[in-house]
Amino acid sequence: MADPIIRMVDIEKHFGSVIALAGVTLEVFSGECHCLLGDNGAGKSTFIKTMSGVHKPTAGEIFFEGKIMNFVNPRDAINAGIATVYQDLAMIPLMSVSRNFFMGNEPLKRIAGISFFDHQFANRVTMEEMRKMGINLRGPDQAVGTLSGGERQTVAISRAVYFGAKVLILDEPTSALGVRQTANVLATIDKVRKQGIAVVFITHNVRHAMAVGDRFTVLNRGKTLGTAERGKITPEELQDLMAGGQEMVELEGSLGGTV
Amino acid sequence: MSTTAQAQTPADERVKEISAFRKALIRPELGGICGTIIVFAFFLLFAHDSGMFNSQGVINWSVVSAQFTIIAVGACLLMIAGEFDLSVGSMIGFAGMMIAIFSATMDWPVWLAIITTFALCISLGALNGFIVIRTGLPSFIVTLAFLFILRGFTIYFPQLIERKTIIGGIKDISANDWLAPVFGGKILTGFFQWLGEIGAIATFERGNLAGKPVVDGIPMLIVWAIALVIFGHVLLTKTRFGNWIFASGGDAQAARYVGVPVNRVKILMFMFTAFCATVFATCQVMEFGSAGADRGLLKEFEAIIAVVIGGALLTGGYGSVIGAALGALIFGVVQQGLFFAGVESSLFRVFLGVLLLMAVILNTYIRRMITGER
Ligand SMILES: Nc1ncnc2c1ncn2[C@@H]1O[C@H](COP(=O)(O)OP(=O)(O)OP(=O)(O)O)[C@@H](O)[C@H]1O
Ligand SMILES: [Mg+2]
Repeated sequence: MADPIIRMVDIEKHFGSVIALAGVTLEVFSGECHCLLGDNGAGKSTFIKTMSGVHKPTAGEIFFEGKIMNFVNPRDAINAGIATVYQDLAMIPLMSVSRNFFMGNEPLKRIAGISFFDHQFANRVTMEEMRKMGINLRGPDQAVGTLSGGERQTVAISRAVYFGAKVLILDEPTSALGVRQTANVLATIDKVRKQGIAVVFITHNVRHAMAVGDRFTVLNRGKTLGTAERGKITPEELQDLMAGGQEMVELEGSLGGTV
Repeated sequence: MSTTAQAQTPADERVKEISAFRKALIRPELGGICGTIIVFAFFLLFAHDSGMFNSQGVINWSVVSAQFTIIAVGACLLMIAGEFDLSVGSMIGFAGMMIAIFSATMDWPVWLAIITTFALCISLGALNGFIVIRTGLPSFIVTLAFLFILRGFTIYFPQLIERKTIIGGIKDISANDWLAPVFGGKILTGFFQWLGEIGAIATFERGNLAGKPVVDGIPMLIVWAIALVIFGHVLLTKTRFGNWIFASGGDAQAARYVGVPVNRVKILMFMFTAFCATVFATCQVMEFGSAGADRGLLKEFEAIIAVVIGGALLTGGYGSVIGAALGALIFGVVQQGLFFAGVESSLFRVFLGVLLLMAVILNTYIRRMITGER
């Protein structure tokens, strides 16, 4: 396989006295879906926020396409081609789908020397992209607040892809969704990966991870035990790693293997 | 687009067709539009013979509405960007007083006094915004502090310098100034003279104004109001910056994540609000020829009420400049209309309160339909 598109080496992040990340190393390749698993508070969100320029790592290095990167703000990461879809902050519900789709990247047209928002173009592209993802909008001016959770995720994902993301980070996109919506989002992830984009998919749910993941990295209390490839690890093993091994085995016994 | 059946995605069976009429109706300004119709219908019915709808009457309530409009445009954009400015009224008093002090007391040319005041007030707006952004405090609190600070200075300075709270004499010194007419002048005077001559509008019959039309032009105040509404509306709905205003107020964090310069947007909107307040103050000083320490009292609330009648959401991210202008129009027409109708002026407040409540209830209902808010 080629070189990784993004390589995070020994990333540490401290918040005051809290050590959220204690040296995490991870590589992501183009066209793969890399699942990042871990329990609540394991440091998954913190980790991907260093990748997307929201947090500056306390220590460690980020290589993007082989070059060392120092992201000062999210804008830098976006310009480099790293797009992030945050679970709750992906969209602004009061605004229309097309305004959301182009937020921060508004298409412009010049009339008499003044730049205007090219609504026609924005509306057309929004409708096209949504149709590709299998979402029927009433119109481009439909407010995002009227979409379901899964549809919002899909809008956010297709927005990132449309703007040329090379790495797409998804922070728990399926955690609040029902069965059908989850299936839709997983199908979207699959489509995106097939376009050659690197996907970092964060989830609690081993079954969701197993459905689309190529490689799996488990974070536990700010550390990682390495990366496993698809087919070389069973869901049960992943589950154990997430819980930190021992306790889970005991728990599972008392719950009769239903977790 | 192709019209063959298979070329189109199948219609979603769960999306109800919405008629074009309903779609045209469901808009943020609907509350304002209904209010305007009701108010005009009301006064046409009950005060049509009071002089409210002759040329003088029209100018009368237009001027009052224009005053509300000027500050409502600023308040509207700021509210959509997610912030408040409670110091608008004090800023009006302060700006007027500074113009008076610079020109009448310190003998600066009037144009220099106006330009300096604009620079000063816009900087104060920026300071408001800067403090809000830096401290993360609600703008409600920060600008409340400025409400007192600016009002305090507005009373203190003239007392310190001239031992009074009103500074006058600006009419004379601004007579030959090049900038003063931009705020205190009138346009289309020739047109109105002609209207008077052909008898389309009434003319004075006696006195030294005999033969002159009763309305001799459109005050610049109205021109400013219209210009600001057009500017604000185009900025908000037709430009990239407008999208950033919505985004900053809708969810600042989400906007930041996609690279919208939220802090810059908010500070600029504070500056624009201060600009609008200064336009108001300058027009007022040029018209009256004086500045008083109590000018602009409670204007911030009137601006906010106009904006809310116009359909804006108090928590930001949603609203319309046209709506705010309609809110201001309603405000002005009701205030002056009740005066024309000879109704006790205290009833103005009752009427206004009822109107505010009705508009807000209607707006909330419409907004829920549009945004799917629950
Ligand atoms: N801004 C912050 N300031 C202080 N501590 C923080 C901050 N952000 C995260 N932490 C701490 O870092 C640790 C890791 O948090 P993080 O949000 O990365 O977990 P997570 O793996 O995403 O969990 P979840 O599955 O619940 O989303 C937690 O103990 C959290 O309290
Ligand atoms: Mg998280």
